Amino acid sequence: MNTVPERFVVPIGPQHPALKEPGHFEFTVDGEQVTAASVRLGYAHRGIEKATEGRNWVQNLYLLERICGICSHIHATAYCLGVEKLAGVTAPPRAQAIRVVVAELERIHSHLLWLGVAAHEAGFDTLFMYSWRDRETVMDILEALTGNRVNYSANLLGGVKFDMTPELQDMILKGLEFLEQRTHDYVAVVTTDATLLQRTRGVGVTSREQVEELGLIGPTARASGALRDLRVESPYAAYADFPIVPVTATEGDLEARFVVRLKELFESYRLIRLILEKLPEGELQARMPRKIKPAETISRVEAPRGELFYFIKSNGTDQPERIKVRTPTLCNLASVCILAVGSQLADVPMILAGVDPCFSCNDRAVSIHSTKLGEKQWTWAQLRQYGIDYYRR
Amino acid sequence: MTWQQVVDDFKTWARVNSPWVVHFNTGSCNGCDIEILATLTPRYDLERFGVKLEGSPRHGDVLICTGPVTLQARDRLLRVYEQMPEPKFVIAVGSCAISGGVFQGCYNIIGHVDEVLPVDVYIPGCPPRPEAIIDGVVKLLGHLKDPAPQANIEEAN
Ligand code: SF4
Repeated sequence: MNTVPERFVVPIGPQHPALKEPGHFEFTVDGEQVTAASVRLGYAHRGIEKATEGRNWVQNLYLLERICGICSHIHATAYCLGVEKLAGVTAPPRAQAIRVVVAELERIHSHLLWLGVAAHEAGFDTLFMYSWRDRETVMDILEALTGNRVNYSANLLGGVKFDMTPELQDMILKGLEFLEQRTHDYVAVVTTDATLLQRTRGVGVTSREQVEELGLIGPTARASGALRDLRVESPYAAYADFPIVPVTATEGDLEARFVVRLKELFESYRLIRLILEKLPEGELQARMPRKIKPAETISRVEAPRGELFYFIKSNGTDQPERIKVRTPTLCNLASVCILAVGSQLADVPMILAGVDPCFSCNDRAVSIHSTKLGEKQWTWAQLRQYGIDYYRR
Repeated sequence: MTWQQVVDDFKTWARVNSPWVVHFNTGSCNGCDIEILATLTPRYDLERFGVKLEGSPRHGDVLICTGPVTLQARDRLLRVYEQMPEPKFVIAVGSCAISGGVFQGCYNIIGHVDEVLPVDVYIPGCPPRPEAIIDGVVKLLGHLKDPAPQANIEEAN
């Protein structure tokens, strides 16, 4: 008789019906219980950081915006704030306020999108369809504001591209009214619907200590009682003038994550209304120099999924020397592999959806080498060859 | 009409009325993918054309690709394509899938989808609007129904 217990590995992805994006997971199961989990990323690794070095500051704005289609505006904002800091330019207050309005609209769209996807993972397709139907309201607003439904290109270096006209304000307010009323319904659904609660209450509990240990950020951390919100901790753009009240919960389970994200929507509605009421007058764009003297800076903003970090280094030309991006999903993804161990296989998609994963922004190449060997720079051709050889194996 | 013709006609009828699509992200920024999902949800409702999003490539008729093909996704893309039963069709959604888009010149991409697979329908845009996606799918269905070469562009306009 075979005494060694058999291991059964369930591979998921990269082509997967429930996740829109490619990520490959392997879960080792014993019956229904998951005993080990691993993740393989990199399907969407394109080499954007390297590509930025061959483009000028303005071109990079459009490239970096396309790191992620869901949180495109916040990437552009982080980049613009960083480059403005390098150049010693400050965008006018009206532009900063408009940036925040678009960022909050983007948060609404992203959270509603997440609500739908998470409900779909739970097998609750009705909620998925409802939330995506309502999400179209905010998509309409974003389209009316910026002319595109995704990748809005609202930012320019030194300001924003469009003004907030009274008609647009009316449209936004009307849309928000509808969404606010719908959000009340959603909160009621996720906190009272018995079937959904069976999938969320007490599932994937992350303790406050685990948040520290794993370095979780964003709504995932806030659902476990950790106040991690850059809009409060280090206000950027117009958040200093228009402060937000952070939303936290203490349970740390999936239900808390639903509730935190939905309650954040109310905060966003309130903030947008407040800004529209007190929109500062003035210019939309400050003058930016074409070339930027050698310097380096960091720029941190709060994306819908957590802290987004940019490191930008200039070298005196019209192109950056180096841009490094750290995106929130990469920080949160580790928690999935840990929480999945010991849970039921059926809960795994929910746990995964709970961190609101977004793969297109977190696939990157990492090379580790000792500082004793001195500095090393990769050229485009070396990276290309490395990539080709890497996948030939 | 021979028996074979009747069977073929029946198959075409079934396919045109209910094509099952498989979605594969070959390295896109996600923008195209959320628009494809939006196309399936109530506002745009692609399902009224019988289109169903299917998880398994073995049941799919149409492969929807988004994004530039990255080195890592290439093998998977080919594998998914090979697993689909004949006849199969490929729709390339978004500027990236058509030409590499903004990612042209990134070191880890091969380029556009038709360097790897034969593509039947191209839907341009960054990302294409859901209406454009619906239009592309409907054009493909029209082509299935009547495989004669479609009217050229001037006539179509
Ligand atoms: S076409 Fe645009 S939206 Fe679509 S994947 Fe490419 S960059 Fe993203």
